[in-house]
Amino acid sequence: MIRSLPSSTFYRIAYGTYVLLFFTFLVMPLLAISILAFNDSNFISLPWHGFTLDWFFSTTDERQGFFSDEELIASIVTSISTGFFVAIMSTLVGTLAALLFEEEEFRLKGLLYFLALAPLVIPGVILGISILLTSTSAGNHIEDAFGLDVELFRPSYWLVVLGQFSFAATYVMLLVSARLKKFDRTLEEAALSLKATRLESIWYVTLPFLRPAIIGAFVIAFILSFSNINTTIFLVGSDPTLPIDLYSRIRFSSTPVLNAVSFLIVLTISSLAIINFFANRSSK
Amino acid sequence: MKNSNKNSFNSTFYLLIVPVLIWLIFMIVIPHIELLISSFQVEDDSGDLVYSFNNYIEFFSQKIYWLTFVKTATYSIAVTFLAFVVAFPIAFYITKIASKNNAGFLILLLVIPLWVGELVTVYGWIVLLGDHGVINHFMMSIGIINEPINMLYTDFSMVIGLLYMSVLFMVIPIMSTLESLDDSLIEAACDLGASKWDIFTKIIIPYSMPGIASGSIIVFMLVIGDYLAPNLLGGKNSLWFTEQIYNNFLTTFNWNEGAAFGFLLLMLSSGIIWLALKLSGQNLDKVGS
Repeated sequence: MIRSLPSSTFYRIAYGTYVLLFFTFLVMPLLAISILAFNDSNFISLPWHGFTLDWFFSTTDERQGFFSDEELIASIVTSISTGFFVAIMSTLVGTLAALLFEEEEFRLKGLLYFLALAPLVIPGVILGISILLTSTSAGNHIEDAFGLDVELFRPSYWLVVLGQFSFAATYVMLLVSARLKKFDRTLEEAALSLKATRLESIWYVTLPFLRPAIIGAFVIAFILSFSNINTTIFLVGSDPTLPIDLYSRIRFSSTPVLNAVSFLIVLTISSLAIINFFANRSSK
Repeated sequence: MKNSNKNSFNSTFYLLIVPVLIWLIFMIVIPHIELLISSFQVEDDSGDLVYSFNNYIEFFSQKIYWLTFVKTATYSIAVTFLAFVVAFPIAFYITKIASKNNAGFLILLLVIPLWVGELVTVYGWIVLLGDHGVINHFMMSIGIINEPINMLYTDFSMVIGLLYMSVLFMVIPIMSTLESLDDSLIEAACDLGASKWDIFTKIIIPYSMPGIASGSIIVFMLVIGDYLAPNLLGGKNSLWFTEQIYNNFLTTFNWNEGAAFGFLLLMLSSGIIWLALKLSGQNLDKVGS
């Protein structure tokens, strides 16, 4: 039943088959699109018509490959820069929140902590529509009062950044808090008794200890932003992020260039995951 | 000296709390109050907003709306249960049966689909399940079937998509509780002649209850609030409540009705999550970790 106990051959084979089936289920969609990205056909699926790199490099009108598709490249650039700003903002605020809730005592702490965790259980749709409603009515009030049309309050690049930040900060807070729980508080006390200010003790003692978690949280926040669609779809303005662009292509005009993009995403993510895997292993 | 130290403590405290307050008040609290207020407003004939219960009355009087609501809730609970059934043996395998190296590799395989993102994986299922998709093509070429089976744009494909994107969030919390389960408990039960079923229901399941509870809550929330799988994999009859909200906001531009639907969805999901927390005796902050 477990490593140290013997079990019947039937049990082991049945269990092994189940695990194999599960991981086949997991890998199958990613494997299928990765292979079909090289299919010499104008349709997204089988039959297999031979190997081609057209869906990456072709520049003809009939087959527009990934690298010549300017809309697609533009949406990737938008997604990367959005992800970058979301990661910076949420890493900053999420880390401050972790320090606040782990190390400080104050009134209404329980309520604030509950609010900070709320994005975990609020569906992304709800965050999207409520931020859209709020920014629109704020924009209308400002327009009525001052006659100004503020772009931030309409669906736009920065509204997407704010919307994604609103939930990404929670994940950063949880990741940094988890590491902070392992922190030996006597180190901070030692710094304080050596006449460091509270701020100095955080800067020179606590933050260096938290660094791996903060870097990890930054990456997670970037990925959350990069793949988000539920919140983004309501807030997006004239420059779509990659998922928004892909979504409308899947609905209205599927071509194998979708396979090519998906393959590149799978390739990037798998490489990152494998690097991370071996880095963790060698550090142990 | 003591005084200045105290000042530095205070200013650090404000440095920490002010950004956090700005985040929580402007991005979480005010938007949800606005959502609630908007849901009680309708446009009158001259285009002005007036307070009214019409959006909610509309929800209860149109069968399609509340039927979709009920269907979304029941399907979400069913998918959560399915995710538990599928995930538990995998979590157990990775923590208790696989060797350390294999376990690391399997975890790697588990997280890749999560990081790749839902849109790409949903697209992968479109490619696999379509009438001319990979699975039909494969089964026809080896002669199991003669006609393609209609799998895409049905409840079946929708459930596959929902399960696929959420199952990982069930595996990981269960794994983290199982990791702390001492193997000797199972060995002892085995030595004393307990059957596998008894060990499973009386030791392993009760022990991993906290993980199961947090996994279920996260999976349920993700499934009930999902849009891509029902929209891209579900058929015409697989309406999901989030799709009603999207339609109100992005197609018919009836934002106030959309706000009411959004608020109902929020009440439904937090109601069921609250119930699950009470029943399992968990806290929200445990779910997060």
